[in-house]
Amino acid sequence: MQRLGFALLTLASLLVVLPIVLVVGSILVRGMAALDWEFLTTMPLDGMKAGGILPAIVGTLWLLAGTALVCIPVGLGGAIYLAEYASDNWFTRAIRLALVNLGGIPSIVYGLFGLGLFVLFLRLGTSIAAACLTLAIMTLPVIISTSEEALRAVPVEFRTVSASLGGSRWQGIRNIVLPQALPGIITGVILGLLRAAGETAPILFTGAAFFLPRLPRSMMDPTMALPYHLYVITTQVPGMPAEIQYGTALTLLLLVLSLNVVATVIRDHFRRRRQW
Amino acid sequence: MVTQGQRRETKISIANLRYAYGQDEVLKGINLELPANAISVLFGPAGGGKTTLLRLVNRLNDLVDGTTMTGTVRIDGQDIYAPGTDVSQLRRRVGMVFALPLPLPGTIRENVLYGPRLSGINDRAGCDEIVQRSLKRAALWDEVKDRLGDAANRLSGGQQQRLCIARSLALEPEVLLLDEPTSGLDPISTAKVEESLFALRQDYTIVIVPHSVQQAARVADYAAFFLMGELIEQGPGKQLFTAPREARTEEYVTGRFG
Repeated sequence: MQRLGFALLTLASLLVVLPIVLVVGSILVRGMAALDWEFLTTMPLDGMKAGGILPAIVGTLWLLAGTALVCIPVGLGGAIYLAEYASDNWFTRAIRLALVNLGGIPSIVYGLFGLGLFVLFLRLGTSIAAACLTLAIMTLPVIISTSEEALRAVPVEFRTVSASLGGSRWQGIRNIVLPQALPGIITGVILGLLRAAGETAPILFTGAAFFLPRLPRSMMDPTMALPYHLYVITTQVPGMPAEIQYGTALTLLLLVLSLNVVATVIRDHFRRRRQW
Repeated sequence: MVTQGQRRETKISIANLRYAYGQDEVLKGINLELPANAISVLFGPAGGGKTTLLRLVNRLNDLVDGTTMTGTVRIDGQDIYAPGTDVSQLRRRVGMVFALPLPLPGTIRENVLYGPRLSGINDRAGCDEIVQRSLKRAALWDEVKDRLGDAANRLSGGQQQRLCIARSLALEPEVLLLDEPTSGLDPISTAKVEESLFALRQDYTIVIVPHSVQQAARVADYAAFFLMGELIEQGPGKQLFTAPREARTEEYVTGRFG
């Protein structure tokens, strides 16, 4: 009986892993053929049916950087406020409720919101800036809730000790609590940014260009981006060579995976220095 | 102001102090005067309000929400709850050592210097002097002088607690509050901590919540017996532990309850 149970559980976990292995495997095998230095560093040619994907890669990096620039300070500030300063009242409960619900909103809704607020109302136009702000709003709930959790995981006694030695609340946070919570915060930030890097819908109306074979010059330029480019070349362009499609998918996958590895390394580095 | 001619100056004076967490009143009208340059002991069974009282003397309970307090706490005649009191400054004057030693992240040296650095002391020579002096007073210097750069949490429990005492002493406080500082320690470490307290008593006002009646009797110059939020009896340590006036004090001291 117990063996049967174990067998079922093993089967269930295999069923989870199998699709991932198959998807990653097939992209890896079929994408490797297209993936070379030239593919990564040249402009698309011939209506995207030839050449490389450089502007999409650079565009995605711009979007990532811009999103990080907005959502790290805002998210961290919000998390510190909620975890360290706010008392439990109707206002903070409303904020928490909003955060939970924001996490469940479909990304296309963020896209339309960004179109209305940033592109049209604030007159940013279809631009990297508008896309970054939209992605940042989508990413903020993740960053705030994971960072708040990381801050709350630091034992309250550290704050008490700091206060008992004449430290202000902020001095305790800056000197003791933040450094201890850093691994968790970094994990949350990178998870949030990874999701942003792979999203198509929020940038669809706010900053993504269908075909723009040059590099962005400022935050006010629209840009190509990897996930949207992938969508375009797989559904919108007839007669697209499969290897370019798989090459693009593989590039996006590798970008996200390498960021994930970087995140893990940073986190483990800081975690080794943690003590409780 | 304190009148001249008293045998010992009063350092801390508490009047009509009531304190409650929500509806739960843990201090029920405490009147207590603690002498300067002596070891005062607040003892009694658990739940008597001793720790809370200790935390009110350096306003650490400001960090706790949902509490109500009436009455006054004065240090050198000054109401420390008066509006406009600089709480950080107060906590530098009134140091605190907790039941569980909790070194801050970082090295031994960094731990000792945490408080002084917050108040702006940064020069190398000054820091060296503070580290050496504080660790010597806490009777830890000889054991750690060659490894001040080691992580503080690698020290043994007893060493960590003496480091915590040194960390408080680094701020040159006038008062040192200790909440069951030896509850997690073995007898040898306990003896070392108590020795360092005896050495400190000439220069500091020490208030300690002991972890046993025996410890209370060993260290007390002055003692106060707490029961269920009330102060039953206070007086010189010798008198309280050998000839208590109150029946309940005697029963507790002789081990008939507690």
